[in-house]
Amino acid sequence: MAGEGRRKLTPYLLTLPGVGFLVVFFAIPMATVFSVSFQEGSLSQGFTFTGHWQNYTDTLARYDTQLIRSLMVGLIVTIMTLVISYPMMYWIAFRGGRRKNIYLLLILLPFFTPFLIRTLMWKTIFADEGILLGFLKDVGLVSDSYQVLATMTAVISGMVYNFLPFMALPLYVSLEKMDPRLLDAAADLYSSKRQAFLKVTLPLSYPGLFAGSLLTFIPAVGDPINPELLGGVNTTMIGQVVQREMLTNNAYPRGSAISFMLMAVILIGVFLYARVLGTEEMTG
Amino acid sequence: MSSVHLEGVTKSFKDMVAVDNIDLDVREGEFLSFLGPSGCGKTTTLRMIGGFEQPTSGKIFLGEDNVAGLPAYKRNVNTVFQSYALFPHLAVAENVGYGLKRKKVGKDETKKRVEEMLELVDLPGYGDRRINQMSGGQQQRVALARALVNRPGVLLLDEPLGALDLKLRKQMQLELKRIQSEVGITFIYVTHDQEEAMTMSDRIAVMNAGHFEQIGAPQDIYEFPATEFVASFLGASNLLDGDVESGDGGMTRVKLAVGSTVSVPTNRMPAGAGHVRVGVRPEKLHITGAGATGDGGGTSANGHGANAVEAQVMVSTYIGVSTSYECRTSDGSKIVVYVQNLGNSAQPIGAGATVRLSWDPEHTFAVGANGGGK
Repeated sequence: MAGEGRRKLTPYLLTLPGVGFLVVFFAIPMATVFSVSFQEGSLSQGFTFTGHWQNYTDTLARYDTQLIRSLMVGLIVTIMTLVISYPMMYWIAFRGGRRKNIYLLLILLPFFTPFLIRTLMWKTIFADEGILLGFLKDVGLVSDSYQVLATMTAVISGMVYNFLPFMALPLYVSLEKMDPRLLDAAADLYSSKRQAFLKVTLPLSYPGLFAGSLLTFIPAVGDPINPELLGGVNTTMIGQVVQREMLTNNAYPRGSAISFMLMAVILIGVFLYARVLGTEEMTG
Repeated sequence: MSSVHLEGVTKSFKDMVAVDNIDLDVREGEFLSFLGPSGCGKTTTLRMIGGFEQPTSGKIFLGEDNVAGLPAYKRNVNTVFQSYALFPHLAVAENVGYGLKRKKVGKDETKKRVEEMLELVDLPGYGDRRINQMSGGQQQRVALARALVNRPGVLLLDEPLGALDLKLRKQMQLELKRIQSEVGITFIYVTHDQEEAMTMSDRIAVMNAGHFEQIGAPQDIYEFPATEFVASFLGASNLLDGDVESGDGGMTRVKLAVGSTVSVPTNRMPAGAGHVRVGVRPEKLHITGAGATGDGGGTSANGHGANAVEAQVMVSTYIGVSTSYECRTSDGSKIVVYVQNLGNSAQPIGAGATVRLSWDPEHTFAVGANGGGK
């Protein structure tokens, strides 16, 4: 009897370290931030709990531009990383042969450099008189006043570059897993190459496409680094707003409220996306 | 249903010739097997008929039309793949209906035909299942249904039973044969399993090193192999070197290297060869102790004397249903004999004994001395 009881308990006991970690480092901080978002006050006078949604309505009214801009940038970056990495990963998965892993390594190689350094490099590349624009201006292809830095182009370029592997690798995994003989089967059953791609390859890569989109979209929407380093006054994104509210203004309640709003918007978006792709069925 | 006709078909990959200038006629409604060891070109040939590979040169006729150069999706041929290649993201009925949907067959018609097909392969009501919920044998049937539902002129099967366990394989062999006679479609079946080929085929095309060694009914190929390769690839054969001496009417006399002279039906002699290898299957041999003359058939039905050689038993193995003797002749050739254990009194002949091995000339065949190039 005692043995059986213990056997029933064992699976739960095994999850304890994980559950404990999540409670301490995820659930409690989340609850704290959520509660802070309903407080008011300042660092000098102290914060008190109010229980009303004013922080949410205030910040939404004030930062709606940045929120919408961030979502748009997230969407553009996700689509661009997808368009760039899908053909690349398709080629490596189906045509890479024995050198598959070398090609993958080449894609990952730049990411052995820290995130910040990589982004600063782009700053050098995009500088008004830097290696790229300096040359183009010298040969007269663009006007002397032309600039990329501090524009949306620079921010999006930096993000696409930085988030590419997060899209590419899940895509690769789902494409590589696919049995290439399925394409023979599709051809056998009267599918042209295009139809075979649309009816077989593409649906089978949905799980990777879904995972890659999440891994790209979510960090891209909230990313403060790329807009800070590559952007300007007109490219402020929601991540920078949170950072400023939290670290510069010490307005913790407002920062928390924005964070939660962002999370809610993303969760709804992800849910709708999953419905469209039918990923629930595939992974469940 | 249509016939398949290959004319001078060659396929080379870089500098390797996989299929070397082959000709073949597959009759309408026939069950024909490509049998051969791995790498002999049988799958490549099948893939060329299916359109997954294009021949380097030569013509491929399906019925009246030369289809060489046409992609797979434009051919009226369907394939059952070795690993089934079922679409994991589609349900069973969607898999089976995939081809009909591409061919723009109406919804109701598709539904009806898919259900009929699932019935035929003994999976009625399984349409909504997902592929990963099906066992290997069931997946095999789905793959068959998915191909047959399109009513192809020819069905190609690439070692479709290879992944199944022995018992299921035996069962599916009979099932496949039943389905083939029911639908009456020409089947071309690739296998390396000689028993499988023998069980199911109307004719077998034995393949080796990119060409056909022999094409014929299972009995013909087994009883009278045309080359050394066929003789040793299908079942066991005893082959003895010899030189052609003379021929009279139906029989050719061959003097064996071991000393005795044997008769071989002339129509089973390789044309124009002086030096040949004379063959006989192990179960066709009679074994008698030396000196016990007159046993083992003495004179055969057609009046020719029995073929015989002297040998020494090296190993005798009691198997139950039969006893197998491994014998060696004076020139070192190995001869294997299977003797059925008909009575319980028969004492196996022990190792070391000198024996006389005899057989009916009608059971004799001969192949070219270098034939087959094994």
